[in-house]
Amino acid sequence: MAYLHHIGTYFLMIAEMFRKPTKWKVMKHLIFKDINDLIISSLGIIAFISFFVGGVITIQTALNISNPLIPKYLVGFATRQSVVLEFAPTFTSIIMAGKVGSFITSSIGTMRVTEQIDALEVMGINSINYLVFPKVIALLFYPFAIAIGMFLGILGGMAACVYGGYATVSDYILGIQTDFDTFHVSYSFIKTFIFAFVLATIPSYHGYYMKGGALEVGKASTTSFVWTSVAIILLNYISTDIMLG
Amino acid sequence: MIEVKDLHKSFGDSHILKGISTTFDKGQTNLIIGQSGSGKTVFLKCLLGLFDYEEGAIAYDGKIFSQLSEDQKRNLRSQIGMVFQGSALFDSMTIAENVMFPLQMFTKMSKSEMQDRTDFVLKRVNLADAHNKMPSEASGGMQKRVAIARAIVNNPKYLFCDEPNSGLDPKTAIVIDNLIQEITKEYQITTVINSHDMNSVMEIGEKIVFLKNGFKEWEGSKDTIFKTDNVAVTDFVYSSNLFKKVRRMYLEENQ
Repeated sequence: MAYLHHIGTYFLMIAEMFRKPTKWKVMKHLIFKDINDLIISSLGIIAFISFFVGGVITIQTALNISNPLIPKYLVGFATRQSVVLEFAPTFTSIIMAGKVGSFITSSIGTMRVTEQIDALEVMGINSINYLVFPKVIALLFYPFAIAIGMFLGILGGMAACVYGGYATVSDYILGIQTDFDTFHVSYSFIKTFIFAFVLATIPSYHGYYMKGGALEVGKASTTSFVWTSVAIILLNYISTDIMLG
Repeated sequence: MIEVKDLHKSFGDSHILKGISTTFDKGQTNLIIGQSGSGKTVFLKCLLGLFDYEEGAIAYDGKIFSQLSEDQKRNLRSQIGMVFQGSALFDSMTIAENVMFPLQMFTKMSKSEMQDRTDFVLKRVNLADAHNKMPSEASGGMQKRVAIARAIVNNPKYLFCDEPNSGLDPKTAIVIDNLIQEITKEYQITTVINSHDMNSVMEIGEKIVFLKNGFKEWEGSKDTIFKTDNVAVTDFVYSSNLFKKVRRMYLEENQ
């Protein structure tokens, strides 16, 4: 029953988010601030992880191809498929559930504990719209971060390939061009939009409805990370089954 | 003016407010006092519309809050100023931005008009030089004054203060009390203060409502509280030896 209560409250929060919008002049400022806090400030970690994980995928693939009949360009092909289909959209989103999700839960949770949300409500402001809506809009830019992650993952794979001597640059480039299906990129970005919505709303829910003090803010951040990750994994399975199955 | 009629509020099986009726007049400082757990904060949050209640009615200048539409409630709330116990200033904004916030949200003022109004209100609370400080850089007394400035910047009709001088030294506490009273008179606001502080009761209690175990035990003013023979009130208000002496002296002088 508790789970049903949470799910119901979550959907009511989403409905409330679209009611009584905040003045555009103020909202615009909040959206830019959230784009900076949630997207721009995450680019460094996305770039770093993508580049090196792309390299690791390449090394692992190359080391597992022992049969000389298997062409070397397959290393590039495997890296592209892994990065574009799963690593960039899904696993980066789980990392972001930790970074961005914790930030959202703790910042909104702290506002709850210090009565800042009550202050907004007393003033007659729709606090859910004021706090959550700009995050949802800011995370519409999340696919751009994922596109950078895809590019750097494939680039990291190429760097590992060349410096490790696993294949030549031309083999690798041939691999990443082989059997390229543009729908795979569309599939990946559709998933990313879904994950972006989850990344904005589930941590906001845990922050907004938390009760207690500073200790509970920490607990809410952890719970938010767990449930955001669970939602991403489940939605990844469902969306893959619908679009590729 | 705020009228409260037969207000009941429960949390599960726990009946917190048990039929409170009172009136808070315009242009005077109304204090709600009582021991911890007497229902003061719940009462204040019901007045603010943050808590729903099971029975009774709260009317703001004749408009019964529970009968208003959501939009009307939000409009009414935009006429309310609130000073929270912990100030509740927005961490990510400077002091000037905190004060300007209600103007940005509810008025069509130009930037320079908002700036002028913010300057005026910050001067009014003696914080003319604190514009660019962050709330974390301000002392407790300064934070309370910023909270008062934010509460009055949009000319509210109703001002609520939850323990406005808790955690402040006695001198700063009196400054805050006097500031609230001056503003109440100056702008003819209906002010309701939730307080534990007996100095505030004696200083600015033009109307005092004493709550005990969720009931309204007594109501009066700072003058009548000296003469009351209600044991619950005298036990609470004159719990310290100093206040007992003050009361004895007052009664002897006025016999």
